[in-house]
This record gives sequence, C-alpha cells and structure tokens, in this order.
Amino acid sequence: MSSARDVTDASFEVDVLQSDKPIMVDFWAEWCGPCRAVSPILDKIAEENADKLSIVKLNVDDNPQTAEKYGITSIPAMYVFKNGEVVKRVIGAKPKPALEADLAEFLA
Amino acid sequence: MLRQIVIIGSGPAGYTAAIYAARANLAPLVIASSVEFGGELMKTTEVENFPGFPDGIMGPDLMMKMQAQAERFGAEIVYDDVLKLELAGDIKKIHLGDGSVVEALAVIYATGSEYRKLGLEDETRLSGYGVSWCATCDGAFFKQKKVAVIGGGDSALEEATFLTRFADKVFLVHRRDEFRASAAMQDRAFADPKIEVLWNQEVAHIYGDEKVTGIGLTSTVDESETTLDVTGVFVAIGSDPRTHLIHGQLDLTDLGTIAVEGRSSRTNIPGVFAAGDVVDPTYKQAITAAGSGTVAALDAEHYLDDLPADLIARATAVPA
Repeated sequence: MSSARDVTDASFEVDVLQSDKPIMVDFWAEWCGPCRAVSPILDKIAEENADKLSIVKLNVDDNPQTAEKYGITSIPAMYVFKNGEVVKRVIGAKPKPALEADLAEFLA
Repeated sequence: MLRQIVIIGSGPAGYTAAIYAARANLAPLVIASSVEFGGELMKTTEVENFPGFPDGIMGPDLMMKMQAQAERFGAEIVYDDVLKLELAGDIKKIHLGDGSVVEALAVIYATGSEYRKLGLEDETRLSGYGVSWCATCDGAFFKQKKVAVIGGGDSALEEATFLTRFADKVFLVHRRDEFRASAAMQDRAFADPKIEVLWNQEVAHIYGDEKVTGIGLTSTVDESETTLDVTGVFVAIGSDPRTHLIHGQLDLTDLGTIAVEGRSSRTNIPGVFAAGDVVDPTYKQAITAAGSGTVAALDAEHYLDDLPADLIARATAVPA
C-alpha cells in the first residue's frame, strides 16, 4: 500500500483540518483493487511535490465516521483540503498524468 | 530496442498470449495499464465458471496467477498506458505514457471492453457519488441502503446478488421481460428476498444534486413513469470494445469490434493481431478471451517465423 501517512477519525481534525498547507486525503480500503493500483502513483506525486501538497491516507473500514461525514460512496476518493474545507474531489483510479491534471492548481 | 512482440492489455487474453509467446522464446513485453492492469476480473469476486477451479477463485487471484505464469516464462510487464500506436510497416511503434516509444515486429492488441453507460444527463456528474459500474468496488458504502442495478445479463445479476451483502434492498431493473443471464444466476437472484425485479423498465432520469437520491423509470410497455428512492445505481448493461487507439488503422466489424480473419487473430495489418473482448462481441468470457490470447500468440509466432532474418536478428540481438 501507499507510503503516505495514515490519518484516523481521531486525528483528522489536527492532521487534516488544521493543516497549514493543502493536503490530500486518499480514502482507501484493503479490498479495493483500484486503490492499490493508484497508491504508487500517489506516492510518486507526493514525492515530486512535497513542498506544495501533502498526501495522507484514511482507511474507510477503520474510520467510518470520517468517510460518512464526507459522503464517500466510491473509492479511491482523493479529496483535497485547504483551511479545513474540501476544495477538490477526485474519484477513481487514474493514470499519473490525469491525476496531475486534476491537481494542477495545487501543484503549480 | 526492437522487440519481437508487444502485447497491449493485461486481461486473460493478454496474459495467455504472454504465456505462449514467452514459452516460444519471443520475450514478450506486456503493456499492462497504469491503473487498470488485470482487466475486468480485478473488479469481480468469485469466478466460478473458469475451468480448473472447482471451488471457484477470486478474480484478482486468478489474474495474479496468470501474471505470475507469464513472468515465470520470461514475459516482461510494464504498468503504463499506450497513448498512440503506429501499426503500419515492419516496425510498429507504441507510444507509452512515460514518454518512451517501444518498437516491435509484432503487436497483439487485447485491450478488452469498457462498461457501457446509460447515456443519461446526470450519469457522469454523479459518477462516484451514487452512480457506479462496479458493485465490488463501491457496494460497501451502501450498507442498509436501497440500491438499483440496471441490466439483465450475468454481470447485472451477479452485482445484484453481491450487493445484498450490504444493501437492505436491491432493485434489479431490466428493460425487457426476461433476463439473458445464465439459469444459475437467475435462480440465485429470484430466490433472494432482498432482490426485487422490475421488468420492462428503462431508466429515464438520475436524481440528486451532490449525490444520487433516486432514479426515474419509464415502462417500456405503457410508458408509465415511476420513481425509485435509491441512493446507489449500479449500471451493468454490457460493455463496448476499447478500440480508440486503432481507429483509422485497423478495420472494425459492424459491431465495433476489431475485424479478424475467420477464427484467427489476424487483423488487416500484417504483424498486428487482436484477441479477447476487443474482438468478441458475443461471448466475452474470461476463458474465451484466454483462448483467443493463445490464438494470437501462435499467429504472431508464425508471422515472426516468416520475417526476413535481418529483422529478426535486430530484435533478438543481445545488447552490448
């Protein structure tokens, strides 16, 4: 799985909502094939853009409250948070160029 | 580096072709896709009709085994996407997502098919927000909810049955008055108390702002309209061959699949072979795809045998 740091229902407020720079949450689960497929791509994007965008991951099975709060109904779901608000939603596994295009405003 | 053979696609057709090509010492390169490697079986659970597995096998496990078998004999797998193909002439060029261009003497095109959409206005907008084409992927988010599955084939019935693990109610919506699914799947669906079949209904609308709140149905018998309160809509109405990369290069049949000569895998371009769902509009089973992968590998091997020695020498030269 991705090397991104795990966040949880308990740590979400501090780790994500109070983050001082844009942060993307990768909602995933063990049984989700496409989640596994996209995770090395997210790792690469995180590595290449470490100063602009952080990427963390949240296991939806272990953390149902956060998943429900943000209305997750399909994974992988990658939500970008800025100042505690969702500013971008990307649903579904996509190739790296497509994800970079979706996240362009945060990677500039 | 010039390769003898490149296989585009990593479903049963692609990997079976890779197994045969590798065992024929053709050193195949499989372009497996960056996020969709393994093909459609990666999104299913139990595969019970693939011969050789009396207790069934999970789709992803079957694909992992096929991949391992191909790699055992020397197939090379790259997890990238094909952006462009130049198929004419002796040396085919395959442009990959990472910017590189692979050259090959023979290409097997086995890209499969992709899920058909209903073609409704809000379908794309709500995709991922209640509209789904993959019950195994998204079903878990509909615990104790009401969902609808649209379709009448094996996939639709399998998805409906799978969703009963989570949902309280599954409406199975079909535009005709009988399913085309196998008898085994039908029996299972009819016996399930959570599944309610709605015959002769077509989906006319998908409702919801931020997420699906319901769907509007129109009867194909008397055009009466009803609304179903569901928060999930799983579309399982079939699939269309993925041919966009070869438009203008390979001939297609009237059904949109790649045209091949008789029961071979030969396309209209020498050295280019097609296999799997992208060729088959009718059967689309893992085992028929696997069989056609073999055909493609054997056709490609035969083709390579007949090429001038100097071309083969270039492709098999050991790098200095």
